[in-house]
Amino acid sequence: MRVLALAGRRLAASIPTLILILIGVFLLLQFAPGDTVDAMMAQMGGGDAATARHLREFYGLDLSVWAQLGNYLWRLVRLDLGFSAIYGKPVVTVIAERLPATILLMSASLSFAFFFGLIFGVIAARGVNRWPDTLISTLGLIFYAMPTFWFGLMAIVVFSIYLQWLPAGGFEDITVSLTGLARTLDIAKHLILPTLTLGLFYMAIYLRIMRGSMLEVLNLDFVRTARAKGMDETRVVVRHVLRNALLPMVTLIGLQAGTMLGGSVVVESVFSLPGLGRLAYESVVQRDLNTLLGIIFVSALLVIAVNFIVDLLYARLDPRITAGA
Amino acid sequence: MEFAKLYFRSPSAVIGLLLFILVLAMAATADWLYPRDPLALAGRPLIWPFSNPRFLLGTDNSGRDIAAQIFHGARISLLIGLVATFISVMIGITIGAFAGYYGSWVDTVLMRVTEAFQTLPNFLLLLVLVAVFGSTITTVTVAIGIVSWPASARLTRAEFLSLRNREFVQAGRTLGLKDIKLIFGEILPNALPPVIVYASVVMAVAILLESALAFLKLSDPNVASWGNLIGAGRDVLRVQWYVSAIPGIAILVTVLAVSLVGQGLNDALNPRLKSR
Repeated sequence: MRVLALAGRRLAASIPTLILILIGVFLLLQFAPGDTVDAMMAQMGGGDAATARHLREFYGLDLSVWAQLGNYLWRLVRLDLGFSAIYGKPVVTVIAERLPATILLMSASLSFAFFFGLIFGVIAARGVNRWPDTLISTLGLIFYAMPTFWFGLMAIVVFSIYLQWLPAGGFEDITVSLTGLARTLDIAKHLILPTLTLGLFYMAIYLRIMRGSMLEVLNLDFVRTARAKGMDETRVVVRHVLRNALLPMVTLIGLQAGTMLGGSVVVESVFSLPGLGRLAYESVVQRDLNTLLGIIFVSALLVIAVNFIVDLLYARLDPRITAGA
Repeated sequence: MEFAKLYFRSPSAVIGLLLFILVLAMAATADWLYPRDPLALAGRPLIWPFSNPRFLLGTDNSGRDIAAQIFHGARISLLIGLVATFISVMIGITIGAFAGYYGSWVDTVLMRVTEAFQTLPNFLLLLVLVAVFGSTITTVTVAIGIVSWPASARLTRAEFLSLRNREFVQAGRTLGLKDIKLIFGEILPNALPPVIVYASVVMAVAILLESALAFLKLSDPNVASWGNLIGAGRDVLRVQWYVSAIPGIAILVTVLAVSLVGQGLNDALNPRLKSR
């Protein structure tokens, strides 16, 4: 219960951060050349000044910046993100349609990166300065230095064009209507390359952190004690070392939730996935500022949610955290 | 001298330095080897690499020399990387120094702002900045600097917290030194080494961010950027995959060089950690 209270307090502390972000980005967007009405007029193929004035009045764009900001925040409290002129739908609906693909991609990549980062980190640390370590560390460095979108393109060339094993893009096959298990498998097949593309960079970071933290923990007294008890090496690693070495990895998830969301912008446009990241890109190109602000809000919420879960996990892994609170 | 010896002890640091010198050399010789505008039409489009001695790395889909773009692109990437890193580290140091030195409400306010920047996905903020201020090379560089300062601010703040009550600072205070003088003249030089090492990470990320932005066609289209070329090559990926492949390797080598040099510097500065 105390864990929950602690994490809850952190959650409450992030509300001012959220408000700060929204005010900051809202004011920033006031500098953008052209507003929603300009974008709408452009889409309608132009119109006279009177129509534009009417539209601005209708959307409240003729008010002062501060009044608009106040209106916006007040609407947010009621979970109303406004109306997207480009998509002709409420922003909430537009985002809700795109959110599942991004969440799926992010959790798949995160699991992939965490799992393989952990395994390779442990292997590298167990054979430190021998060939498995050198090989894994070198590959890690290369994956870290590689632009994700470039890896995605090269993976398309190899796996989709030459080998023709996997689809080159899209979320599911739209030429046939599948249901149930067949549809799940189809989506999974479409997500393999995007997951790899987004996940490899993070795997490189996780394996480096895991290797370092394993090496640190392996030299601690309690590990020597466990070995002295006659415990075999696998059990020492799994039961004593791993749990302690995991802490920095878990911290990293929280720190990188934001960059991962940013990375999905690029990956989603490489693989034409209908996700939040591509929506952000499209709304920048189409000047759909209402949607852009909505995406910022939802992504900040996502990052805060991930950090809340990380706090809970952290307390579960390290009992001292609750005792110290 | 001692430092150089420590640095050159690590093979990966030496490889990193060699790669970095290679990229620097490419940037330096670009005008001399390829004096023509790298974005000008040079020959038949889509010549494969190594098939025509005039275009060693072939031509892209609009007939521009790929090798020329790679050499000139080295300049753009290094320039954007260095300037953006400088901006980001300057902002980070200033905010971190004031937060760490003054503590109390200054610290609370500045750290709230830092937290806000960390909660907002940096690439999204970059998109917003580019959408608002346009995508010339200047705005893109400044925008990358603006989205990547929080980590250096936190690092500087932590150093300041541990240094601000040391004896040499108290001595300075007793001498009647002004706060600004204490912060930038006395404490900062001692707090700088870890921040400078971290700058290599910022630079690696800055180069990657610019290339991603250019790939999405949101960076400056009028400069020979590697990301632009990858984006252009995407249209002919099915057969002429080399148009995208070559600039990607250039980015990989540059980012690898920057990270290896940074890691080498870090290990040479903290020799005790090196034994791991």
